[in-house]
Amino acid sequence: MRTTLTVNGKDHSLDADPRTSLLDALRNHLNLTGTKKGCDHGQCGACTVMINGRRINSCLSLACMHDGDEITTIEGLGDEHNLSDMQQNFVKHDGFQCGYCTPGQICSATAMLEEFKAGWPSNVSGSLTASPELTDAEISERMSGNICRCAAYPNIVDAIRETAEEKS
Amino acid sequence: MTDGINISTAELTMNEPDDRNRLDVTVQGLIHTGMDRPDGPLKVSGRATYAHEDQPAGMMTGVLVRAPVAGGQITGLNAEAVRKLDGVRDVFHGKTFLRNPAQGTANEAPVQPDGKISYIGQPVALVVADTFEQARHAAHMIELQITPEDAVTDLDVAEIETPKDKQSSQGDLDAALSDAAYTVDETYRTSGHSSSAMEPHAAIAQWDGGKLTLRGSYQMLKYNVNELADALGVDAENVHILAPYVGGGFGSKLGISHEAVAAAHAARELGAPVAVVLSRQQVLEATMRRSETVQHIKLAADADGRMTGIGHDSTVSQLLDESFAEPVSQATPFLYRGENREIGMHIKRINRMCAGSVRAPGEAVGITALEIAMDELADVSGIDPVELRKRNIPEVDPSDGREFSSHKLAEALDDGAKTFGWADREAGKTDGEWLIGYGMSSATRVNMLGESHARVTLNEDGSLLVETDMTDIGTGTYAILTQIAGEMLGVPADRVTVRLGDSSLPKAAGSGGSWGAASSGGSVFVACEALRKKIAETMGVEERDLTLQDGVATTNNRRADLPEFTKNGPFTVEGTINKGDTQTDRRQATFGAFFAEVGVNSVTGETRVRRMHGSFAAGRILNAKTARSQCLGGMTFGIGMALTEELMFDKRDGHLVNNDLAEYHVPVNLDVPQLTVNFVQERDPWANPMQAKGIGELGICGAGASIINAIYDACGVRVRDLPATMDKILPGLPDM
Ligand code: FES
Ligand code: FES
Repeated sequence: MRTTLTVNGKDHSLDADPRTSLLDALRNHLNLTGTKKGCDHGQCGACTVMINGRRINSCLSLACMHDGDEITTIEGLGDEHNLSDMQQNFVKHDGFQCGYCTPGQICSATAMLEEFKAGWPSNVSGSLTASPELTDAEISERMSGNICRCAAYPNIVDAIRETAEEKS
Repeated sequence: MTDGINISTAELTMNEPDDRNRLDVTVQGLIHTGMDRPDGPLKVSGRATYAHEDQPAGMMTGVLVRAPVAGGQITGLNAEAVRKLDGVRDVFHGKTFLRNPAQGTANEAPVQPDGKISYIGQPVALVVADTFEQARHAAHMIELQITPEDAVTDLDVAEIETPKDKQSSQGDLDAALSDAAYTVDETYRTSGHSSSAMEPHAAIAQWDGGKLTLRGSYQMLKYNVNELADALGVDAENVHILAPYVGGGFGSKLGISHEAVAAAHAARELGAPVAVVLSRQQVLEATMRRSETVQHIKLAADADGRMTGIGHDSTVSQLLDESFAEPVSQATPFLYRGENREIGMHIKRINRMCAGSVRAPGEAVGITALEIAMDELADVSGIDPVELRKRNIPEVDPSDGREFSSHKLAEALDDGAKTFGWADREAGKTDGEWLIGYGMSSATRVNMLGESHARVTLNEDGSLLVETDMTDIGTGTYAILTQIAGEMLGVPADRVTVRLGDSSLPKAAGSGGSWGAASSGGSVFVACEALRKKIAETMGVEERDLTLQDGVATTNNRRADLPEFTKNGPFTVEGTINKGDTQTDRRQATFGAFFAEVGVNSVTGETRVRRMHGSFAAGRILNAKTARSQCLGGMTFGIGMALTEELMFDKRDGHLVNNDLAEYHVPVNLDVPQLTVNFVQERDPWANPMQAKGIGELGICGAGASIINAIYDACGVRVRDLPATMDKILPGLPDM
C-alpha cells in the first residue's frame, strides 16, 4: 500500500503492508530508529511522535492513516550537534539513564508544553477553565503516559520546568 | 599490531587496601563532578543505536511462539501450512531453543529442552518472514501439538527443598527470644517482580561464513559470548556481540536470552540476517522474574533496644533444575547486632518463568522485610526508629567477626534524618482526606569486585581512547570511565573517547551486582597509572611527583605537552584488576537510609508518596550526577515494590495474568515526588584503588520499607504483604 509520509519536513514514499504501524514504518522502513518501541500497545509512551504538532503513540496508529500529515520525530527536533532546548535540558538534568524512553519523553514534553500554553487542563488542575500554573504536579501528571523504568522522573520534571521557564 | 605502537600490560590484584587516595591528589577536576554524560547528546537526539537498530540490508524478522501450557512435550506443529503463508521464510523449533535466559555469569548455555515445556509463555518456536507484520501474523497461525505433562502451578502445593548450605545458626535464638524485653515474630510477603526494562530484549544476527555478529541488548558480554556460542554449538571466537547502548537491564539482560539464540539459529539456517525482538508480553512471560518471598522474621532486644537475636527464614520459588535462589537474607547477618541468629532458606519448585536477578537480588526484598520488622521493634519498644538502628550497628560482622572495610550507616542515618527533618515530623497530621505519616528504613548492599580488563591509549595528539567490552545500561559507564581516565592523565573530558559494548574489546566484569563501576573503572585506573609511570620515567621523576593537567605534564623543573611522549607512536596499556584478599579480609558493604512521607487516603485507602529522601555511603562517588540518578532509579523501584508491583499468577494453569505494562504497574511520573539524595563522604580503601563502591542497587535495598512504615504511622495499618494496595489498607482504616 502506498502512502506519502511527511516526516520532519521531508516526504517519504512508503510502500508497506497496510498492517504496518506508524512506529514500525518509521523504524523499519524509513530507518528513523530514534522513535522507540517499548510495548507496541499504547502503554509506555516510548513511541511518542507529534502529528501536526500533537503528541500521539505511534504504535497505536497505522502508517497508512497519515498520508499528508506533518509528522515530527525526535530526529526532527535536533541532532546531536544541534540540540533543542528541551534536549539540552534533558542532558543537563540527567533526564534519562539508559536513554530508551527518552525520545518519547522529549517529543511528549515538547508537545505537552504547547498543550499547556493553549490552556488545556489536566487531571490535577484545580479548574477546567482557569489557565493552570505549571507546577511539578502538572508536569508529572501530563508526563505520566511516558514510562521511564530507569526512573529519571524527578530529573525529567526539572528539565521540562527549566525549558518552560526559559521560554516564558 | 602496528609498528611504533607501544603496548604493555599492568595488573593489580586487590590483596592490600589502597589508601593512597590518588584521585584526591590528581588535579584535572573531573572526578566526582556531575559531568554530563558524553553519550547524552546521542541519546536525547535519538541517534544512539540500540539492539534493533542499524538494521542490515536484507534483514528478515522472526517472531517467537509461546507455549500455552505449563507442562508438556511438543510433538509437532503445522510448519508446512505456516511456511506457505505470505512472506514466511521458515519455521524453527526444537533443540536450539532455550528454556529460559542464562543466569548472570553462567558462562554456558541454559537448559535447551528440545520441545519440553516448563511454563506458560516459554518460547518454543520461531517464525521468520520478510516483514514483521507477516511474521507476527504467521506466528499466530502456529498450532502446537503437545502431550500434556504434570505441572505445579499452585505454590501452596509445591514441593519444598531446604538446601543444607543455605541454613545457618549461631547461639540460641529461642532462648534469646524468651529472655528478651521486646520481640517481633512476624511473617512478611513480597510479590514477584519484573525488571521490565524499557527496551525489550532484541537481537539482530548476521553470519559471515562461520562467524556470527550479533547486535543485542545484554549486560555482561564476556559471559554472553560463551553462553551464545555454547547454545549454538560453535566456538566462542566465532561469536561477536555488539551492545553499545542498552535500554535498561536491571538484571534481566545479564545472561543470553531467547531472542539471541533464536535469531542466530535462524540466520545461520537461512543465510540472511534475522532480527528477533521480544514483545512486551514475552519480556514479562519469558525473561527473569524476581521470586515472590515469604519471610519469617524474629527479632529479640533487651530493655534498651539492643538486639540479642535475629531469625530470618525465607521461602522463594524457582523452576526445576535451576540453582539460583533469591538470596533474601544475604545482608541480614551483618546489618545489626545480636549474637543469636538463625538464617533459613527454602525453595519451592514451580512451573513459572525462571527466577533470576532483578535489581539487587537478595537485599531488595530481604532488607525491605527486615526493615519493616525493625519498625515493629521500634514500635513495641517505644524507641525512635533512627535511634533503634543506631544502637544496633555492630562493631564487626557478627556472623564471622570480620571487621568492616568501612561503615557509614550511622552517618547516613544522621544525615538523612537531618535533611528530611525527621525530628520535626508531626504526629497525627492530616491534609483534607489524607492521613499523613512518616517512615524510615536502613539500606545496605554487599559490595563486590570482578576481574576486568580495559585498554587505555594515549594518542599522538594527546587525546585518550578507553576500550573495554563493558556495557552502559544507563548506569553512566561512558561518563565515569571518561572521568577516571581524564582525571588520572590530566586530559579534558572532550579529549577522551570511551568505546564500550563490543565483545572484541578487553573483557570487563560487565554490568550487574553493582560491581560495574568498581571493576571496569578499576581496570581503567590501573592502565592509567601505568601510563603515568611511563610519562614519569621519561621525565626522570617518580610518578607521584608528576602533575598532569589539561594535557600538560609538570614536574618540579619541567613542563611537557602530552604529545611529546607519543612522538614514536601512541602508548597503550591494557590494565587488569582482579579481586583479591581484600574481598574476604573485610566485610564490604554500602549503607544508607531512607525517609518517606506518605499520604493515605482515608476514603479509598490509596497511598501516595509525598516526599522521599535517601542518604547513601558508597565510597568515592565517581560522578555525582549519574550516581544520584542511580539512586533515584533504585528508590523508585522501591516505591513500585511497596505500592504497585506484583506479578500475579493464575493458580489453576500457572499463567501470568498481568503480562504487560498496563497491568504490571511500574511507577509513572506522578507516582514519584521530587526525590532527594545525599551522599555521605566515604573512601573505602579495601574496595579498589578508587575507594569507590557500587551504587546501582543500594537505592532499592530497603526503600520500600520506609513507605510501608510511613503508612503505619499515617493510619495504623501494618502491611506485611507487599504491595500495599488499597484492599489491604482499607479494612484497617480508622473511622473518620
Ligand atoms: S510502544 Fe507505543 S506506547 Fe509503548
Ligand atoms: S532512561 Fe531508561 S527507561 Fe527512561
